[in-house]
Amino acid sequence: MGRRTLRGQVAVAGIGETTYYRHGQAPDPEFKLALKAILAAAEDAGIDPTEIDGFASYSNDRNDPSRLAAALGTKQLRFSNMQWGGGGGGGAAAVGNAAAAVATGMADCVVVFRALAQGQFARFGQGPQVPTISGDLAMQAPYGLMSPGQRYAMKVIRFMHEYGVEQEALRAIALASYHHAQSNPRAVMNGRPLDEETYDASRWIVEPFHLFDCCMENDGAAALIVVSAERAKDMPHKPSYLLSAAGGSDYRCGAPSHNHPNYASSNFATVAPNLYEMAGLKPSDVDVVQSYENFTGGVMMSLVEHGFCQPEAVNDFLKPENLLSPSGLLPLNTSGGNLAECYMHGLELQIEAVRQLRGTSTAQAPDVNVSMVTAGPMVTPVSSLIFGSEATL
Amino acid sequence: MSKYHLPEGMPIPVPENDDLSKPYWEGLRQSKLMVQKCQDCGTHVWGPEWICHHCRSFDLAWEEVTGKGRIYSWERVWHPVHPALKDHGPYIVVLVELPDAQNIRMIGNLLGDPEQEIPIGAEVEVTFEHHNDADPAYSLAHWRLV
Repeated sequence: MGRRTLRGQVAVAGIGETTYYRHGQAPDPEFKLALKAILAAAEDAGIDPTEIDGFASYSNDRNDPSRLAAALGTKQLRFSNMQWGGGGGGGAAAVGNAAAAVATGMADCVVVFRALAQGQFARFGQGPQVPTISGDLAMQAPYGLMSPGQRYAMKVIRFMHEYGVEQEALRAIALASYHHAQSNPRAVMNGRPLDEETYDASRWIVEPFHLFDCCMENDGAAALIVVSAERAKDMPHKPSYLLSAAGGSDYRCGAPSHNHPNYASSNFATVAPNLYEMAGLKPSDVDVVQSYENFTGGVMMSLVEHGFCQPEAVNDFLKPENLLSPSGLLPLNTSGGNLAECYMHGLELQIEAVRQLRGTSTAQAPDVNVSMVTAGPMVTPVSSLIFGSEATL
Repeated sequence: MSKYHLPEGMPIPVPENDDLSKPYWEGLRQSKLMVQKCQDCGTHVWGPEWICHHCRSFDLAWEEVTGKGRIYSWERVWHPVHPALKDHGPYIVVLVELPDAQNIRMIGNLLGDPEQEIPIGAEVEVTFEHHNDADPAYSLAHWRLV
C-alpha cells in the first residue's frame, strides 16, 4: 500500500442550497428542504440526481438516506454514512467520509447534506424541558448549564484568562461575519449591518458572549456533491479538490463534567496537525478560511489551533481589518457564516469555501488556491478540511 | 422567592438506568462529596465511569473528598433557556477544580451576589443544597468563596 491519503483524489463538483430562513419560517418540511438542496447540487454538478449513489451527513440529521434514495429514484444506494457526534463538528468529517468512499471505490457520487427545520423540530438554543435528567447532563442542567452557549462559555473564559484576550477580539469576528453578509443576498442578516457600538450595547447571553457572538438558529438545507477528481475535470464547474480532511479530538476530550485536560481549547489540537500533514501545507499557504461560528470564542481558538496566530497574539491578530475580504490578511467567514448568513450547521461554510475557489463568492478573496473550513469548535469530535485549486495538485 | 439558589422547577438529577452515578447522588443527600478512585493506581476518576482511564482497571471505589476547591473557570448566564429561569436574572456557574483530588473538576453555582467579580484561582468550599420536597428528593453541590 502506498501513502494513504485523500489528497487530490476527489473534488466537489456541485453545490446546492435552499433559501435560508429564520428558524420556524421555512415554508417546507425538513425532508423537502433536504430534497431541494440535493437536487440543486445535482443540477449545479450537471448530473442526473439518480446517479447519486451515496449519502453522508452528521449531527444525527433526521433525513434517512434510504428514504432519500427511494424518494429520488436513486438507481442503487452504495454508501449511507453518519458521522458520530453532535453539533457542527462533523461537517468537514462528513465530506471526508464521502471522499473516502469515492476514493476507495465504495461509491462514485456521494452527496453530503444537512437539513434543519427548527420550527418542525426542537430549537438548539433551548434547555431540556423534562422533569428528570441523568448522565452527564445531570451534573450540569440543575445548575442552569444547559444550552450550547452555556456549555462552551467557560472554555472561552479560561482561554481569555490564560492569554489576556480582550472582548474586542471576539467582537472583530462578529463584525467580519456581518460585514460579509451585507454583500450576500442569501444571508439572513443581509441588510442588517453591525457596528462596534451596536455590538457593545447588545445584551449578554452568557458572558463572554454578547447576542452577536452567538450563531443564529435557522431553517433550510445545503448539499454538495463529491466525485472522483478525474470525473470532476469534465464537469461544468472548476473542481474544488479535497487536499485533506481530518476529524477527531485530543486526549480525553470527551471526559465528562468538563474534565477535558486541555480545557481552554476548540479541540483541534491534534486535528489541525493531521490536516496540514495530509495537505502538505502550512497555515501561511491558506488564502481564505471559513471557521464555524457556534460562538465567536470558538472561532478564536480554532484560528489559534490551526496556526494562524499564537495565543498571545490574539488581540493584535483579531482585528476587523485583518479578517475582511478582499484586503485582510486572512479573509474570514466571507458569506457571513453561521452568525449572519445562515446556521446551516456549517455546511454553508463548505459551500462558501467552494465558491471562493470558483471565484464566485459575494466577498471574493484575491487569488484563492487554498480554501479552508473548520467545523464545530469546542464539541467532540471536531473536523476541518482544505480544498485546493488545480494548481495545488 | 425560591428557598433554593435557582428557582424551583429545574430538571431533577437522577442516576442513569445503569446506576453508574448513583453513589454520587446518594452522597450529596448526606452532605458528602463522593468521587471514584482507582483501587489499583490511585487515579481519581470524574465524572463517573466504569474503568480507570489511567490503568484500565475496573476496580473503582467511591471515596469522599474534601469540599475544598479552586475556581478554574466561570460564566455568568443572563439569557434564560429554561422556563423556570424566566425573569430570574443572572446567575453564575463555576467550574471548580479539587486540588485534594488531582484537580478533577466539578460544576456548580457560585453563591452570593450574582453580579460579583469572579476571580479565577480563588479558593471555594462546597455547600450542599437539599431539595427534600422534590420528587424524587435530591441534593446539589454549590460553591462559595472562602
